[in-house]
Amino acid sequence: MNKQEYTISLFTEDHIGIMSQITIILTRRQINIESITASESAVKGIQILTLVVRTSDEMVQKVVRQMQKLVDVLKVFVHTSDEIIYQQLALYKVKTKGLMSGNLIDQIVREHNARILEVSPEYMVIEKTGHKDQINDLLHVLQPCGVLQFVRSGRVAITRQVKELNAYLEEMDEVNKNRPEMIDTIN
Amino acid sequence: MKTEKVTTKVKEKTNGIETITGAEALLRCLVEEGVDTIFGYPGGAIMPVYDRLLDYEGRIKHILTRHEQGAAHAAQAYAMVSGKPGVCFATSGPGATNLITGIANAYLDSVPVVFITAQVVSNLIGTDAFQETDILGVSMPVVKWNAQVKKSQDIPDTIARAFYIATTGRPGPVLIDITKDAQYEKLSYSYKKCNYIRSYNPVIPLHTRAIESASIMINHAEKPLILAGHGVLLSRAENELFEFAEKTGIPVALTLLGLSAFPSNHRLYAGYLGMHGNYAPNLLTNEADLIIAIGMRFDDRVTGNLKKYAKNARIIHIEIDEAEINKNVMVDLEINNDAKEVLNHLIPLVQKKSYEKWIREFRICDKLEYEKVVKPETRPEKGQIKMGEVVRLVSEITNGDAIIVTDVGQNQMTVARYYSFSIPNSLVTSGGMGTMGFGLPASIGSGIGKPGKKVVAFLGDGGFQMTMQELGTILQYKVPVKIIILNNGFLGMVRQWQDMFYSKRYASTELVNPDFITIAKGYGIAAKIVSERADLKDSLVEMLESDGPYLLDIKIDREANVLPMIEPGASVSEVTLTYK
Repeated sequence: MNKQEYTISLFTEDHIGIMSQITIILTRRQINIESITASESAVKGIQILTLVVRTSDEMVQKVVRQMQKLVDVLKVFVHTSDEIIYQQLALYKVKTKGLMSGNLIDQIVREHNARILEVSPEYMVIEKTGHKDQINDLLHVLQPCGVLQFVRSGRVAITRQVKELNAYLEEMDEVNKNRPEMIDTIN
Repeated sequence: MKTEKVTTKVKEKTNGIETITGAEALLRCLVEEGVDTIFGYPGGAIMPVYDRLLDYEGRIKHILTRHEQGAAHAAQAYAMVSGKPGVCFATSGPGATNLITGIANAYLDSVPVVFITAQVVSNLIGTDAFQETDILGVSMPVVKWNAQVKKSQDIPDTIARAFYIATTGRPGPVLIDITKDAQYEKLSYSYKKCNYIRSYNPVIPLHTRAIESASIMINHAEKPLILAGHGVLLSRAENELFEFAEKTGIPVALTLLGLSAFPSNHRLYAGYLGMHGNYAPNLLTNEADLIIAIGMRFDDRVTGNLKKYAKNARIIHIEIDEAEINKNVMVDLEINNDAKEVLNHLIPLVQKKSYEKWIREFRICDKLEYEKVVKPETRPEKGQIKMGEVVRLVSEITNGDAIIVTDVGQNQMTVARYYSFSIPNSLVTSGGMGTMGFGLPASIGSGIGKPGKKVVAFLGDGGFQMTMQELGTILQYKVPVKIIILNNGFLGMVRQWQDMFYSKRYASTELVNPDFITIAKGYGIAAKIVSERADLKDSLVEMLESDGPYLLDIKIDREANVLPMIEPGASVSEVTLTYK
């Protein structure tokens, strides 16, 4: 089975426990979560969770259907990395001494499209936004200078599809217009 | 432990809005939802609710079981036979965790049950307080939905959602955890049933093109086979299935939980599917050129080895839960919708046909199975009593007009094979979970859910002893269940596997049993032991004609195996009629 990287974007109600409900679907099948991010979406009261997992196409389809089934999940999208625009943010805390020789620091920051957030006699903090490999490249460059701390955020992603969440919400409301009599037939 | 002051005055009217306690509100909500029976067990945290319950006598009947697991199974069985959601109460901590097996059982078998657990006072949550467990976390993987209520004001809306979620779409258990302070604090009460949740859409728009495609596939098939499951019963589509089968002439095979969705004695009935199912439907699954799966989920006990499953067939899957489609078996056409709805649209599009040659293949297999397995199992002339003959006799005496409850294991497989079902929802059994100990409490729930209907429980001596304490519930509420212990002194199914796959090394499967007759008598239940074939029929008739509860301890052939069998890892077409 061919494994590859998938970005799962979930739009959910802002309820406590939803993250847990989603992650147990993955842990049950021993799928490791490479990164996870939660934030408010463009629609008030709706959260967006972005998960990155490495698994097979068959498996990702199965877990996505199980996520979609959760009562508090509005809509789930799954994308391969080439189908989305995504970024991660990283912070590096580096020994000041190591970077002070000549123009080294300016050069590194410029070349890597990073920026300096804070400088002190002991350390400086550099910020970089980009893809995982770009972030790692900068880490490699900084390592000889003495990296004291390094942290990378989860992936945030935006889809290229034209239909936005609002359209899905309207669609759901539309489906539900004729609800009362349909429910009678079920009960 | 600190006890809260009991509020004697429950109702207050201020400015025309009625103010009541959370406990009172909970019970009113339940009455609004048509609940008249609750199974449960009290304890510290849920005392405010039980206190109010006393004033609901005549409106709500509370059945006090002897263990919370019993309450959960009884509530599930109640739901299965009555068609109404079951309701179950338990207190915090151990009360709540004792429900888990029952909740998981209801989840795997898609039965709507509303579980209400109490929680410690909200400011104690997270402090490892006395009888505190994180029941939301514990139950999360086995509920359709759960929620905690910390403010009495939130009780009505949460209960309304709980019933809506439990009963719509693919049904399932839900759990509401209510803190003790939310039970005694007051709220302004009003109730509105829920019929819409933005993020939850149980009613799926009908995909008519898919149904048209299905009809073309059906009309062109030469060896079609219907596999029907619990979904047919849950969507009340038995009549539609019947009509569909009669019109198309396609044989119908049923899963364990699908049993009673189609009459067992119908000419198109192909048999029961699965590891110990009938010979014909298992074997011929791999001969079929079209499989129409309706409300079933291709469980591993049904499919056997997936790599060798139905390779000659195109598969149409009619299923309300999208997550079940392409989960185990990749299908050619998916119709993600309610079985009844789909069949209603499909029936006018299919041609009237008959498949005499194809059906004959089933009958040839049936004949073979009858000679090799069914006849010696159900009509033996010598030797010890067989499980099959007990089930056949009960089937003949009741003529299908009874609710049949089973435990799990050989007793269950034998009932599934030899009882002739004719009334929908007349089998109550634990399918997906295979929970030993389910039978006895489930028979109580069945008896209470369908008063006046005969309830017969087939239990093994092992499973019976797992929840035997529920005899006390039978005594207290005079539930007239007929309990048949198919007693072989072994954990029969495990022993069968040890016999077949572990060189007859009977590790911890032999039981030293107590005198079940004395135990039954202790609970005021009429009881009799049967060890001779000559006494069997009369004893069964006597039991079935009695008014009250009755227990028969039937001594069964100790080392008999259930056949046919699809061995683990084997294909459905490798089903064997003989062993060794």
